[in-house]
Amino acid sequence: MSEQTGNAHVTAVGFSVFYGAQEAVKAVDLGIPSGEVTAIIGPSGCGKSTFLRAVNRMNDLIPGCRAAGKLMFDGEDVYGGNIDVAMLRRRVGMVFQKPNPFPKSIYDNVAYGPRLHGVTKRAALDEIVEASLHGAALWDEVKDRLAKNALGLSGGQAQRLCLARALAVKPEILLMDEPTSALDPKSTARIEELIVNLRGQYTIAIVTHNMQQAARVSDKTAFFYEGVLVEFAPTSDLFTHPKEKRTEDYITGRFG
Amino acid sequence: MKRRKIVDWVFSGGAYCAVAVMVAFLVLVIGPVFVKGVGAYVFRGTVENRRMMLEQFGRGDSVAVLAEWAEVRRARQPVYDALRAFEREMDEMPSARRKELRAAFKEVKEGVAELLGPEPGTPLPALTRRIYGQTRWDRAKVKRAHILFEEQWDYSGGDGVRVLVPRAPMFEGTALALVFAVLEKDLEGLLRPRLRFYPQFLTDRSIDAHFFGGIGAEVAGTVYLALGAMLIAVPFGIVAAVYFQEYARGGPVLSFLRSCVNTLAGVPSVVFGLFGLAFFINTMHVSRGKSVLAGALTLALLVLPTVIRASEEAIAAVPRTYKEAALSLGAGQWRTILTVILPAALPGILTGIVISMGRAAGETAPIIFTAAVSVGPLVGLGDVLSHPTPALSWNLYNMCTEHEAADEIRHVQYGMALTLVMIVLALNLAAIFLRARVTRRLKG
Repeated sequence: MSEQTGNAHVTAVGFSVFYGAQEAVKAVDLGIPSGEVTAIIGPSGCGKSTFLRAVNRMNDLIPGCRAAGKLMFDGEDVYGGNIDVAMLRRRVGMVFQKPNPFPKSIYDNVAYGPRLHGVTKRAALDEIVEASLHGAALWDEVKDRLAKNALGLSGGQAQRLCLARALAVKPEILLMDEPTSALDPKSTARIEELIVNLRGQYTIAIVTHNMQQAARVSDKTAFFYEGVLVEFAPTSDLFTHPKEKRTEDYITGRFG
Repeated sequence: MKRRKIVDWVFSGGAYCAVAVMVAFLVLVIGPVFVKGVGAYVFRGTVENRRMMLEQFGRGDSVAVLAEWAEVRRARQPVYDALRAFEREMDEMPSARRKELRAAFKEVKEGVAELLGPEPGTPLPALTRRIYGQTRWDRAKVKRAHILFEEQWDYSGGDGVRVLVPRAPMFEGTALALVFAVLEKDLEGLLRPRLRFYPQFLTDRSIDAHFFGGIGAEVAGTVYLALGAMLIAVPFGIVAAVYFQEYARGGPVLSFLRSCVNTLAGVPSVVFGLFGLAFFINTMHVSRGKSVLAGALTLALLVLPTVIRASEEAIAAVPRTYKEAALSLGAGQWRTILTVILPAALPGILTGIVISMGRAAGETAPIIFTAAVSVGPLVGLGDVLSHPTPALSWNLYNMCTEHEAADEIRHVQYGMALTLVMIVLALNLAAIFLRARVTRRLKG
């Protein structure tokens, strides 16, 4: 537990999220360690996605959604009054459940973020696009058709493109919201491989339904149940010696 | 099992019926307009038409036309001679006989002047339409019938029945008998009908209240009004749609605004016309009187709800995930809208725009009080802010109902109707084409 507090990139202290009157995340205390992969697991509706989407304030899109408690990102209060949300989101990359490339060319998809943040020179953009596509292990597959529409990519390729798009703004942390739930096993394996490769360069938080996936890719795992953080421990410990009864029931498949 | 089949059968039968009825309607409505409207562009033109074209529009081979004109004049001379001979004959007649024939002769003489034009050498009439004989063969045959037959009504059976009584027997044995014989047998020699393609009908100016020439001023007016209306309605419409979909947070103000838009869509178009007159012209003084600008503003109001709704639907149909992706990359709301949402919504927005444009092109009531004049020259682009213009929709109505010789220019009326339908059709086809193109670009 000492690691968690010592070098946390994102820290939640008594953090709650409400949808209207319903409390979806209940007073969670959690530190996502810097440079490591943290998996968040739990049954459907347990608040794990809601928690993840609070980090870059994507929950703002949902009417009636509000937060309480403290959520700190790199020492800044995410829900503080003077935070620049656009700036926060630029520093926090996100990959969504369903691949969601823009209906633009592959190049324009990756270049979208850098352009947004003022990179206009073609050479600089080219460099970023290539580096990002390399980072997402997609470069070799698409280098000859960068001008083609991204909607023509397969699901797995599209998801890696979304990862490249997120990497292109050089975020400090990557949030992945069930990034492989819409993909076939082979594409899933490639994404998992990427997560392992990106470990160390970025802080990664991944929400997943798939416990094997959490076990394969993460350093630490957090188990959410009904909005409450039940257990947070190094992945190997959590899956072999869960301290909580509910964790054990869940990972052994007794519910969920 | 059996019942399901019957229900299936009934449903698909109903669908086919609906489609068939629609097609039949289309054919019934568009068919006659098309057939008769084409007559404005392709018809059998007489030598009078060629002469008119040469003199009024400087079009055609002047040597050939003048040579033909000389030949026709020679062929017509006996007719004019016979008219004059009969006038002398009439002076000699007993007064009872003269009284009997005078009215009929007057009609014949006037009919000949309308059919063939005034006798060469006599002073030219003031109206251009009277300088020439019948320029169209179909009209020439109608005029000939007016000369050859007298229309009488037979009420013996109770209801009036139209009876055509030949005039020739009345003039048997007089000099005028020749006129009837020639008109009956050799009208072609007097008028020389020939197939004429007249595509310039679309762009030519009209002469003497559409007796001759084309509908260029009306077409230009319709294009100005439709384009002008879109120029005004589209930016406002899209901004309003963006507000409704992306900014408005719900609540009573939003529902009030929405019901305003919906009500606007249900307001009769003539009310828009009166409002345009009262507000844009009389209150805002956008122009001193009717003008293209005032008409375009009024039409813009009329189509605004359509543009807003179509744009709203298109924006609502953009997957939320695009928006999430853009926001997660640090885009502000406005950047997200400009760079992701509007481009993805473009096909739907375009469809709305073009459909509205078709509506703006066809509307009559809103422009009566604000922009349209019955007769006017082609308005130059520099004058659209201050000048009124003829326009297809209004002039079509006007020419069918108020024109002093509506019967004689049916071909122009149908030509206008066809042109208007074609413009709207072309706009719709353009919408389909554009939509397909943009969608292809978006879908990859």
